[in-house]
Amino acid sequence: MSSGTLYDKVWEAHRVTTLPNGQDQLFVGLHLVHEVTSPQAFAALRELGKPVAYPQRTIATMDHIVPTASQSRPFPDPQAEAMAQALEKNTADFGIQFLNSPQSNQGIVHVVGPEMGLTQPGMTIACGDSHTSTHGALGALAFGIGSTEVHHVLQTQTLAANRLKVKRIVISGQLSRGVYPKDVILRIIQQLGVAAGLGYAYEYAGPVVEEMGIEGRLTLCNMSIEGGARIGYVNPDDVTLHYLKGRPFSPTGEAWDRAVLYWQAIRSDANATYDATVDVAGGEIEPMVTWGITPAQSVGVTQHLPLIAELPDTQQLVAKDAYGYMNFKEGSPILGTKIDVAFIGSCTNSRLSDLEIAASVLRHQRVHPSVRAMVVPGSHWVKAQAEAAGLHEVFLAAGAEWREPGCSMCLAMNPDRLVGNEVCASTSNRNFMGRQGSPTGRTLLMSPAMVAAAAITGRVVDCREYVS
Amino acid sequence: MIIQGRAVPIEGSDIDTDRMVPARFLKELTFERMGDYLFYDVRFEPNGEQKAHPLNHPQFQGASIMVVGANFGCGSSREHAAQAVKRAGFKAVVGISFSEIFSGNCQSIGVPVMTASPESLHAISRFIHDHPSASLVIDLQSMTLTYESGTTAISMPASRRDAFLSQSWDGLALLESNHAKTQALVDRLPYGPIQIRTTSS
Repeated sequence: MSSGTLYDKVWEAHRVTTLPNGQDQLFVGLHLVHEVTSPQAFAALRELGKPVAYPQRTIATMDHIVPTASQSRPFPDPQAEAMAQALEKNTADFGIQFLNSPQSNQGIVHVVGPEMGLTQPGMTIACGDSHTSTHGALGALAFGIGSTEVHHVLQTQTLAANRLKVKRIVISGQLSRGVYPKDVILRIIQQLGVAAGLGYAYEYAGPVVEEMGIEGRLTLCNMSIEGGARIGYVNPDDVTLHYLKGRPFSPTGEAWDRAVLYWQAIRSDANATYDATVDVAGGEIEPMVTWGITPAQSVGVTQHLPLIAELPDTQQLVAKDAYGYMNFKEGSPILGTKIDVAFIGSCTNSRLSDLEIAASVLRHQRVHPSVRAMVVPGSHWVKAQAEAAGLHEVFLAAGAEWREPGCSMCLAMNPDRLVGNEVCASTSNRNFMGRQGSPTGRTLLMSPAMVAAAAITGRVVDCREYVS
Repeated sequence: MIIQGRAVPIEGSDIDTDRMVPARFLKELTFERMGDYLFYDVRFEPNGEQKAHPLNHPQFQGASIMVVGANFGCGSSREHAAQAVKRAGFKAVVGISFSEIFSGNCQSIGVPVMTASPESLHAISRFIHDHPSASLVIDLQSMTLTYESGTTAISMPASRRDAFLSQSWDGLALLESNHAKTQALVDRLPYGPIQIRTTSS
């Protein structure tokens, strides 16, 4: 069992008690709510006639069903409008703050939390969304929960939880030009597999992580769940402090000084013990592209798709399913694969630095005439900052669409979706069958630079030809 | 606790919750109809015609135990997937391994999720294929799964098993009863609640 890690310390600081069945009752310091997984929980509260126990520890925003062409109300989709109204009523009735406008910074919950300083080191954070692991980038223990658990948190601010083991992933060396945090996490999942994280929290460490900015760490932790790990985190350091200083919900004055002491104390000890340690060679990573239906089915951009017969037994069946679904050929190069849609957005890659990289590739270029390209900022703040820097003009001049914030085509709960068996070069996190809204749609996950380069050529190309 | 019934094998590993309940069905405000949507896009063509899927096969109608592969329920935290399994009539799921969130969601709504070795799972799947009308018996006391060809050891975390054996899988009342301890923890927590403020960029 691990000891002395950030995970152990933060868990212990939030352990209310150990329950008779051996599970721990864990206090949730910050509860994030969105429109899709919360109405069932609020309905259960109403049925029991219960209040929210600690309403000032829950905050809401709306992201999954929001149209990105225009956010004017009512939404054209009556189901989406009903979800929006339900969250408005639920937050009003139960006294919960709702970030529901451009002014209050509506946006993707995993973009908004960190950028507003709501997410802080040493917190426990729960949200009815698997990508809650994102918030671990700031040194929080953050994890996704189901709607029944959302109800439990609303009513008690606690959860019955099983303690995870801790796996340390040390990323050595230095990333080469044109290689981004998205490539790092795709490489980790490819190397370890999609189930290696079952029962584990991932602690990301090593020179590559230390050098990485917070937005990169958010991308890294975001896809921990794609590797099976419910939690991913990075120990807070000076980069973290610098990021948090002055954000709207960050502590100030003496409270800041006290917070910093806590944040420093919860860092994993130098002699901490881990349940497992894995090394990943950061310098060897090249731009990554998924070719299949799980995030582990990826190759470096210069590589060829695997031969099923050469894969380990346990991977062959999924590979066969993947080839059947994607209609790709074993052994063919990923380079040159034709794409129809380019999507830049999602809780993985919709922050300012992602948009800057994409814009640097698209500047003075045109999106290929056969490609529909869409850029969806993660929040209204990201949108405003991107527009202040003129990035939207780069996207528009290139022929890409510049949209309102939301989850958009990552999971296509709004009108943004693939049609038929279109192939989408996507900065999102899941290439599951049907994920982007068409039951036969196909997703190639990659970094913002790779998607932007693919948008220009209409094919998978090596972004290193486009970045300086 | 004994769960007895016919079973349906769902082959393949890494079956994600998007496949179990496609996102467009998440726009409903309640879980009521989720049972109808279980594995929708791999069961039905866009025109509603049935595809070849175990859940569509006549011989597996009425099955109450789902037998699955590795990393079942990976991906999205949507409880809709667990709700769909329950509302489609399944009382237990046995597989090689499960995503944490999916198995937690099943636990929350009273559907036990158990693991067995890949070898025994393959044997059970084969058996069900050949004998779709045969009954399986899952015993949470002895942690065994028994069928005509033999008995297999199954496992689940002790805490979860205890919750089912003591009929306390819905832990809400217990969590709530510890409110004094919860408040004591809040009082010693190094950080406070969200500071309400009018936000602006």
